[in-house]
Amino acid sequence: MGLRNFFDRIEPHFVNGGKWERYFPVYEMVESFLYTPKTVTTAAPHARSYVDMKRIMTYVVLATIPCILMALYNTGYQTNIAIGEYGPSGWRAAIIEALGIGFNPANPLANMLHGLLYFLPIYIVTLVAGGIFEVIFATVRRHEVNEGFLVSSMLYALILPATTPLWQVALGIIFGVVIGKEVFGGTGKNFLNPALTGRAFLYFAYPAQLSGDSVWVPVDGFTGATALAVSAADGFQELAGRGMTWWDSFLGFVPGSLGETSTLAALLGLAFLLATKIANYRMVVGCLGGMIVFSLLLNWIGSDTNPMFAMPWYWHLVLGGYAFGLVFMVTEPVSGAHTNLGRYIYGALIGFMVVMIRVINPAFPEGMMLAILFGNVFAPLIDYFVVQANIRRRARRNV
Amino acid sequence: MAQTYRTMLVDPMVDNNPITLQVLGICSALAVTSSLQVAMVMTIAVTLVTGFSSMFISVLRSQIPSSIRIIVQMIIIASLVIVVDQVLKAYAYEISKTLSVFVGLIITNCIVMGRAEAFAMKNPPFASFVDGVGNGLGYGLILMLVGFIREFLGSGSVFGITVLQTVNNGGWYVPNGLLLLPPSAFFIIGLIIWAFRSWKPEQVEDREYRIQTVEAH
Repeated sequence: MGLRNFFDRIEPHFVNGGKWERYFPVYEMVESFLYTPKTVTTAAPHARSYVDMKRIMTYVVLATIPCILMALYNTGYQTNIAIGEYGPSGWRAAIIEALGIGFNPANPLANMLHGLLYFLPIYIVTLVAGGIFEVIFATVRRHEVNEGFLVSSMLYALILPATTPLWQVALGIIFGVVIGKEVFGGTGKNFLNPALTGRAFLYFAYPAQLSGDSVWVPVDGFTGATALAVSAADGFQELAGRGMTWWDSFLGFVPGSLGETSTLAALLGLAFLLATKIANYRMVVGCLGGMIVFSLLLNWIGSDTNPMFAMPWYWHLVLGGYAFGLVFMVTEPVSGAHTNLGRYIYGALIGFMVVMIRVINPAFPEGMMLAILFGNVFAPLIDYFVVQANIRRRARRNV
Repeated sequence: MAQTYRTMLVDPMVDNNPITLQVLGICSALAVTSSLQVAMVMTIAVTLVTGFSSMFISVLRSQIPSSIRIIVQMIIIASLVIVVDQVLKAYAYEISKTLSVFVGLIITNCIVMGRAEAFAMKNPPFASFVDGVGNGLGYGLILMLVGFIREFLGSGSVFGITVLQTVNNGGWYVPNGLLLLPPSAFFIIGLIIWAFRSWKPEQVEDREYRIQTVEAH
């Protein structure tokens, strides 16, 4: 094990008293990324488990693999379709032409490669820009660089439109890491989801590049409203006229942010997270319940002027970022509620807010991002009331 | 007297800043800082009102019955604010329209009342005036700082003069729309407080909780 020897040889320089003592978090990051951490729990309670923070975070990244594959395929697919109409442009097209692969949307390999050329720069910029700030904070504050950043960066990259300028990608993740997480003390102490904080920052700071009709498919001149924008304007029945079926939305062959178009891919991730008990099913149940009940209620109330009222819950489920947010953001354990009853309430609040924003607020066609951030803010309050109710109940029992 | 006029004037800038240390006057700091020009007018208005209200209250301090002192203070402050409002309407109508209700709301600005209660009721007139001006300027300092950041990054200009040519006008700078929204001032003030407290650690408040550590056996 040459690498292990290398770490053992350089470790004395980084521990207390060594010449690079200040940079211990950097050393620790690389070492614990490659090997099992050496630290053991010193105080009670002792629970023997192989699941530590590192494994939890790695599992979440594994769970996003279906979404990543769909992101690559669908981004390339949508782009190649649009290129057929508008013609290729930009350096990505030049690379693909140089490789002689072509722009045929029926060729899965061409789609994957084209998607990769969009996804990879965004992801690399996210890792580098966010990573630099993670390491700066870890070094100054002397805490560990956490694998949580791998999750945040992956989720963040997957919820951006493919056209996002790379400098905005960097700015967003830096804001997410610093304001969403590090100012509160780092992983485990963030009350907002860092990836969504970064996304929300970009959404409000640069609306022209993050929303509208022309950002979802990265081809010059192409404009196409998202399914939610179409439904908000003309009702969901109109979607069929635009060639968007429910199955397309479920499988993910519609324009949208990189990784969030496919409900199926998100649900595969959910199955994995639930099976490994990383995600708590109560939040998922609550969020589905809140969404279904409230959208049924709105269906029943009905509206002559707002066609979104008539949108059934199974469309809400497959459109926009609902499924992706449900699987990877709502279930995030740190920023969500921590009590079991609170988790149901927390989930239901988010489900309710998504439908509320999508249907009733005309300013925002999509509401999952804002709904989850809203839920994050309320999670400690929900926990507080659940805990207080429990204290009162137990106090009454012991009169 | 422990405080000299100089410390009265300078202390509220950094060491005892009404916004960053006492966290007062946040509402108007969010509302009027989207451009530097407006922030500066607001700074001048608040500084004058705080200074003169403190002075007048201090002149009257031994005549004011304790039971109705707040009412008397309010009357003095409100009269001064009305004067400021009328002057603005007469000589700077455009800015007065932008500031709209926030000129009138100087009356309820905690900084003005706070200085009247905490300082002017116990100190001689000139000292109160200096203290009021100092606090107004301390408030203004943060206002101008926030205004500068928001206008510079949000519209690419300083005092309305274009510095960074924006994309819409054929330049390269993509303005950050978030900074034109009032909530952005929360982030900026938060970051300024962070910077101030890192620079002067004695401003950091005590924790309200203690993390318990368990000794290993």
